[in-house]
Amino acid sequence: MSKYYLNYLDELESEAIYILREVWAQFQNPVILFSGGKDSILVTHLAKKAFYPSKIPFPLLHIDTGHNFPETIQFRDALIKELDLRLIVGSVQKSIDTGRVSEEKGKNATRNALQITTLLDAIESNKIDCAIGGGRRDEEKARAKERFFSHRDDFGQWDPKNQRPELWNLLNGNHFDGEHFRAFPISNWTEMDVWNYIKREDIKIPSLYLAHQREVVWRSNSWIPVSEHLKLEENEKIQTKKIRFRTLGDITITGGIESEADTLEKIVAEVAAMKQTERGNRSDDKRSETAMEDRKRLGYF
Amino acid sequence: MEIDKNQLLRFTTAGSVDDGKSTLIGRLLYDSKAIFEDQLEAVENTSRKKGHQGVDLALFTDGLRDEREQGITIDVAYRYFTTPKRKFIIADTPGHIQYTRNMVTGASTANAALILIDARHGVIEQTKRHAFIASLLQIPHIIVCINKMDLVDYSEEIYENIIHQFEGFSSKLYVKDIQFLPISALDGDNVVNRSKNMDWYQGAPLLHTLETMHISSDLNKIDARFPVQTVLRPQSEGFIDYRGYAGRVASGIFRPGDAVVILPSGFTSKIKSIDTMDGPLEEVFAPMSVAITLEDDIDISRGDMIVKENNQPKALQEFDAMLCWFNNAPARPRAKYTIVHTSNQQKAMITDVVYKIDINTYSREEEDKELNMNDIARISIRTTRPLMVDEYRDNRITGSFVLIDDATHETVAAGMIV
Repeated sequence: MSKYYLNYLDELESEAIYILREVWAQFQNPVILFSGGKDSILVTHLAKKAFYPSKIPFPLLHIDTGHNFPETIQFRDALIKELDLRLIVGSVQKSIDTGRVSEEKGKNATRNALQITTLLDAIESNKIDCAIGGGRRDEEKARAKERFFSHRDDFGQWDPKNQRPELWNLLNGNHFDGEHFRAFPISNWTEMDVWNYIKREDIKIPSLYLAHQREVVWRSNSWIPVSEHLKLEENEKIQTKKIRFRTLGDITITGGIESEADTLEKIVAEVAAMKQTERGNRSDDKRSETAMEDRKRLGYF
Repeated sequence: MEIDKNQLLRFTTAGSVDDGKSTLIGRLLYDSKAIFEDQLEAVENTSRKKGHQGVDLALFTDGLRDEREQGITIDVAYRYFTTPKRKFIIADTPGHIQYTRNMVTGASTANAALILIDARHGVIEQTKRHAFIASLLQIPHIIVCINKMDLVDYSEEIYENIIHQFEGFSSKLYVKDIQFLPISALDGDNVVNRSKNMDWYQGAPLLHTLETMHISSDLNKIDARFPVQTVLRPQSEGFIDYRGYAGRVASGIFRPGDAVVILPSGFTSKIKSIDTMDGPLEEVFAPMSVAITLEDDIDISRGDMIVKENNQPKALQEFDAMLCWFNNAPARPRAKYTIVHTSNQQKAMITDVVYKIDINTYSREEEDKELNMNDIARISIRTTRPLMVDEYRDNRITGSFVLIDDATHETVAAGMIV
């Protein structure tokens, strides 16, 4: 075989670097949307590569639901310090306190949908014209049609039927004042690709992804971590299990799986044998068949 | 799995509601175990609700709300699956003529195209359309899947007749590599596993064909082109005078020491180093993203192109291109558009519509000059400043462009330079 070809991880990396550099070249005030999850950590790592030996030219924007894993916040702060980046925090609690949104009520209440308002407010008040996200097309069917450069109107809304065509490697980020873009450099990566790459590059990730002992309760088919925000239902009981998380989000709705995978090697092996999608443990996606699309239209990540 | 060597293969499919395209993709995903239990469960539920027997494989590829309601695919959807040999990206596009622009989009980055033919109907208008688009976008490999063989008693004669029909018109097209396969997506014959019903077919099943197709020779390794995306100037300790030209190699091979020319200025220099965060490289080729430093201090910015002295693109301000119009609003004669070509943006004007092509019959129409959505035409274009171009046939990156309407900022057309 010819030596002039890239393996698929190198090709995905090269594509992501290309997109990150296009964001920098085409926008005035881009940010990386940082959740503390592996996908946004990966995007940050790729940004480091894209601009080396310069430092990453974007601040990180964290939309803080107030329902965090403490590990996530520690990880975020250490990363900011290491990379010498600016952090912008959009606080959902503040949006609630100032009456921009009101807390959902009922048993399955979450702050998931409330983030949309906080995010759009942060984008507007910081005059952000491009928010770089770790969204991947394999995650969810509404995301399968997402562009690398995804246009948002001046209400922050996504119109899936009127997206700009993207051909070859030509990205059109032209826009009017008040509109913004979402950019998705790892669109073409799958969960497996992300893990293989994290392992290959030995990227630091929060310990939550590795199997550990934790107090949890069994709810909606997954292990929900015990935290100050968790309200116990009748006949739910706290147990200690060895679990790990496949995705990290709001602590009240992010379920873990029982696992022995406490190294990157073991995670890769476990993910390869996995029978459920990673969002299968996210109750926010189970509300309806089009839950993700409906949130995305309104301006969700 | 030996991930170090596995390549990525991008292929496109086009098809309408009835020719079994969604079923074929569902079958590939299902048989290669790219479908998860919760996805399967969701599809089983929907299949039951709709009163289908068994699992309707086509449902795996349904995307947006409107599509599910109407039962069609209206946009390009990307799907992923991996086998021990390759990672695959499918650009799944609708096949109807009103979605020509989606097919063109999906085809633009593909290494291979799957064209589906219903064995009961043989070559139809849509087959010709899909073959034309694959040829227009210069997809190097075409695989023609003659589907629903189960409905024609797995007849070799019917299969051979369809190949004959296809070759009858495809001789007019420029295609490097065509292969034919008799399949039944519904039952899985010759998709992942060899068919037990068609002993007369000696070739490999579809997945094996995709896994072993030789794609590294499709890259242009001759014409070295490096469009500059941005300039890296860290001005930090250890890098006070560092100036790296960041970009992705479009084609050809670059090495430190190469004599290069910067276009459009024409300044010459030598490559000092080719840098990445993981260390300098001795050799780079498409599609690698790197930063190039030069021996001399030259003013270079985004939109410039680094090429080799002995092999340069043409600097053209007027050229012809095959154009596909994407927008609801027709092209305005002599109106100005923004042209995006590599990392360069200029203003451009369509000065002539030479002819339009009927992509069902391949006939040319020279009288009708209006470009409407989904039209494909040969046009003449003029730009405010020269662009450094190659013919699309030689170079899919430096030979392609899009047009943006400044009034809406929408991408209104895609062009291939001839």
